[in-house]
Amino acid sequence: MTDQSASNAPVQSALQGKLRPPAVSLSILGWLRANLFNNWYNSVITLVLLWLLYVLIPPIFQWLVSDAVWWAAPPEVCRAAGGACWAFIHEKARLILFGLYPYDEQWRPALSVMLLLGLIGASLNRFFWNAWLIAAWIVGGTIIGCLMAGGVLGLPPVETSRWGGLPLTLGLATIGLAVAFPVGIVLALARRSTMPAIRTVSIVYIELIRGVPLITILFMSSIIIPLFLPTGVGIDRVLRAQIGMIMFASAYLAEVVRGGLQAIPGGQYEAADSLGLGYWQKMRLIVLPQALKISIPPIVNTFIGFFKDTSLVIIIGLFDLVGAAKSALTDPSWRGFYKEAYFFIAVIYFIFCYFMSWYSQYLERTLNRDVRR
Amino acid sequence: MTVETHPHRAPIPKGRWLYDARVRSVLYQTLLVVILVAVGWYLISNLLVNLERQNIATGYGFLDREAGFEISESLISYGAADSYGRAFIVGLLNTFQVAILGIVLATILGTLVGIMRLSSNWLLAKVSAVYVEIMRNIPLLLQLFIWYAIITVSMPSPRAALQPFTGLVLSNRGIQMAVPAADPIHPWMWAGLLIGIGLAIGIKIWAKRRQDATGQPFPVALTAAGVIIGLPLAIWVLGGAPTEMSIPELQGFNFRGGRTISPEFAAVLFGLTFYTAAFIAEIVRAGILAVSYGQTEAAAALGLRSNMIMRLVVLPQALRIIIPPTTSQYLNLAKNSSLAVAVGYPDLVSVGNTTLNQTGQAIEAISIFMAVYLSISLSISAFMNWYNKHIALVER
Amino acid sequence: MRIKTLLAASAAVSAFAMIGTAAAQDLTQTIQERDELNCGVSTGLAGFSNPDSEGNWTGLDVDVCKAVAAAVLGDDDAVSYTPLTAQQRFTALQAGEVDILSRNTTWTLTRDTSLGLHFAGVTFYDGQGFMVPADIEVDSALDLDGASVCVQPGTTTELNLADYFRANDMEFEPVVIEQLEEVNAAYFSGRCDVYTTDRSGLASIRATVADNPSDHVILPETISKEPLGPAVRQGNDQFLNIVKWVVFALVEAEELGVNSENLDEMMDSENPGIQRLLGVSPGMGEHLGLDESWAYDVIAAVGNYGEIFDRNVGPDTAVGLDRGVNDLWTNGGIMYAMPVR
Repeated sequence: MTDQSASNAPVQSALQGKLRPPAVSLSILGWLRANLFNNWYNSVITLVLLWLLYVLIPPIFQWLVSDAVWWAAPPEVCRAAGGACWAFIHEKARLILFGLYPYDEQWRPALSVMLLLGLIGASLNRFFWNAWLIAAWIVGGTIIGCLMAGGVLGLPPVETSRWGGLPLTLGLATIGLAVAFPVGIVLALARRSTMPAIRTVSIVYIELIRGVPLITILFMSSIIIPLFLPTGVGIDRVLRAQIGMIMFASAYLAEVVRGGLQAIPGGQYEAADSLGLGYWQKMRLIVLPQALKISIPPIVNTFIGFFKDTSLVIIIGLFDLVGAAKSALTDPSWRGFYKEAYFFIAVIYFIFCYFMSWYSQYLERTLNRDVRR
Repeated sequence: MTVETHPHRAPIPKGRWLYDARVRSVLYQTLLVVILVAVGWYLISNLLVNLERQNIATGYGFLDREAGFEISESLISYGAADSYGRAFIVGLLNTFQVAILGIVLATILGTLVGIMRLSSNWLLAKVSAVYVEIMRNIPLLLQLFIWYAIITVSMPSPRAALQPFTGLVLSNRGIQMAVPAADPIHPWMWAGLLIGIGLAIGIKIWAKRRQDATGQPFPVALTAAGVIIGLPLAIWVLGGAPTEMSIPELQGFNFRGGRTISPEFAAVLFGLTFYTAAFIAEIVRAGILAVSYGQTEAAAALGLRSNMIMRLVVLPQALRIIIPPTTSQYLNLAKNSSLAVAVGYPDLVSVGNTTLNQTGQAIEAISIFMAVYLSISLSISAFMNWYNKHIALVER
Repeated sequence: MRIKTLLAASAAVSAFAMIGTAAAQDLTQTIQERDELNCGVSTGLAGFSNPDSEGNWTGLDVDVCKAVAAAVLGDDDAVSYTPLTAQQRFTALQAGEVDILSRNTTWTLTRDTSLGLHFAGVTFYDGQGFMVPADIEVDSALDLDGASVCVQPGTTTELNLADYFRANDMEFEPVVIEQLEEVNAAYFSGRCDVYTTDRSGLASIRATVADNPSDHVILPETISKEPLGPAVRQGNDQFLNIVKWVVFALVEAEELGVNSENLDEMMDSENPGIQRLLGVSPGMGEHLGLDESWAYDVIAAVGNYGEIFDRNVGPDTAVGLDRGVNDLWTNGGIMYAMPVR
């Protein structure tokens, strides 16, 4: 909270336009004075922070960069160097990124990840937002599925229990969201429906799922679902985790979308009714486009949270990025490099999540051009 | 909301009754209920067949049986001879312990960081922004693993423990602190504390009434602090001022005596606190920014000082915006405490898992988890809704 | 939504609901139709079930699955492995996700009755022990009062540990972590003073995870009986018999001196016991509902019990265990096959 505006506020209106800009904004010293030393306690805070940064940053930099082993080297070299051991990441990168996927076939998950990122990249561009995009996703998804599972076109089959690392994390997140998003919209509409039975079912489902931790839902999908199926009918483990994730994400997305729906003025509904539109036309053409636009920031937040939550599948024994990193740490000759392993995957997660939040801000800016004053 | 009422509905042509909205509404709902019942019946019948055919025991009878496993930390007395039911309660209390502490600490830290992000000090604002971004964009589970690794791998063994001063021991067995040795006066001091808090609330209400009536402000904060600290202190002095301390000492493998914060508990608590604080910081920042600047200017025009402006004008208004999203963060924290299972803190899920493995009663154990977390979630929601109503703007 | 779609949907739902439970057939036929055995193994315990760097599963428990696949399908590669945590293993078996659980699992009364499983035999006689770092100079488990003990939850290990300390009036602080990698990390980082699990597991972990195996000592006490063996679901008697007798056949072959090297010479053996086992004199396979060459296929695929032991956990391997009680009863051990006749 600043009180610098209080001093010159009264004169401002009288001399509007005749004053030269104040000198503070022109020089480096002026900037320092305005932003770091504008009163005694801010000066103290600044000095304390500078001291802290001076104490912390050099050792961290030394560990991360200057003392680190950047090239492939045996672990003994690392232990002698005293800095970060990026040689460990060299050695284990493929295990961390692709888990237990057969070593000779790892071009397949690599290609799948590229394809998936390409699809996501294309979806980010509003120029491509049309029916072709959905078709591209269906085709791309099929190709990715065939690549990962094999068994076609002479690719040796790979069981899902061998899937792991980045493709699993990305796959669980994107497929989860792609399915959960429409389900969430339907749930949100159902919760605002005038039909009591439909509304009740939706409310009970949403509140039940939102009231329990994701772990219990994953336990349920991994342990209990099989008991509810007839003998001999099995659902694949990865798919079961995926179902659990979808159930979880759809309930949260439903609430976000419902928030957007509530913000649409009733006049919009009435206008659509008076044009003689049916319920689905009204929703598809008038209400949902506006509601979804309003909800972009919370939707992206839900996406980010969901992407981070995929790491929980390690608890039900799947090897996602975190799980694969942990299994890389079990190699006795490389044990103890947990800082490097965790740092490596933390950076991967950070890049993805940070990019998502940046994109959400960008989208908000471009979509709101029409209403910006 | 739209209500589809058509008082002047045109008569429906014959054979077109299916296009009547009311008929359709009934039809859709019936269909949904039928589908749900059919699917539910199908699943349940499968379950019963499976349980029957494989001879799997069912029911909650196992809760009375002897558990046979030890739990590393417990707020109530518990031993391997106790029942599974008691083990569950131990786990539940551990969950409460970490969740409540986490909520308190995350609120304090989050509010602080949120205000720091708005500081006119550029460096402070940037440092807090970096903190928030890092915490928000890395999965909590990974953060828990990192905390646990930091505590267990980088701390020395008990024999080489760090002792910054007598009474505080840091090792890979956790943080051990000296605490006052047990004394009969302690329960009375707790009672004194509770009475003190009650008195403080009373003083606040009285002061508000007096200020409304006379306009005289009363130094509530000081008096309240005095009462809350003073009463237990007075009781302690009356009880003969026992000063004996229980100091952690190395005996055999581990330190005995004092109060121990285990690495598992510390990892979960730090993880939950730092992670949730980042989200609360963003909420606080948005809430403060949402209070229009005119309010601050108006308060300044009335001659209030900047800390008074914050306390009396900005924060009360910001709170209305802050509370609902903060509630959901509290709920998230309570639910996220279930991740404790990954680092071995014996919370409800961890104890429940062990029970599930020993007894094979998967459905029962998981139904207990769900029931407990649902109750926690619903109570927090209910309390926060009440509080929301309590401070809501009274439109005149 | 059109009326036709409604009708179609409701028809689909009723059809879905009307799928009764299919006529019960034994699991053996199901496996043969599927032409693959689903085998539940651990997430990685060297010597018992462990993926090598190529991702192929190896170990004693894995060989049991291969043997069963060889008997039922005639192909020891027709196995799909599902790594299971201690927590998932029984539900996965109950739910039919795996046909056989071969995952260093202890045979107990509770598991044999109330969990809906049947143990089919013992492939490894084990006992729980304690491992400590050599430098804490403890030479008996009775000196462990007040120690922090690393243990995996949901195992008999955890219960035996509590029992042992209760019986000897000692205290301990359990450090209970689900993931095997995490427990290992906790012990080797010094979070606990003691690691407890089955002695074979201790040896395996010491051999493969410790920086320097000689820095860790396995204490002499064995505090429990841990008969480890494969388990199958109840209600599949034929399959239970097959697994049971495959295990016995492995031991019987060793007793008779039949191994994967001399298998084809043994086909011409005059010994009636060998003739019965290898199907030269028919009958045994028919009783089990398999080909007469079932035991021949098993031994051709994985060798006899002694070979399996030596290959996976024997003295020449990283795990380095002696036969001890797992030797044949004729050599002072307790491995004893019921007669194949």
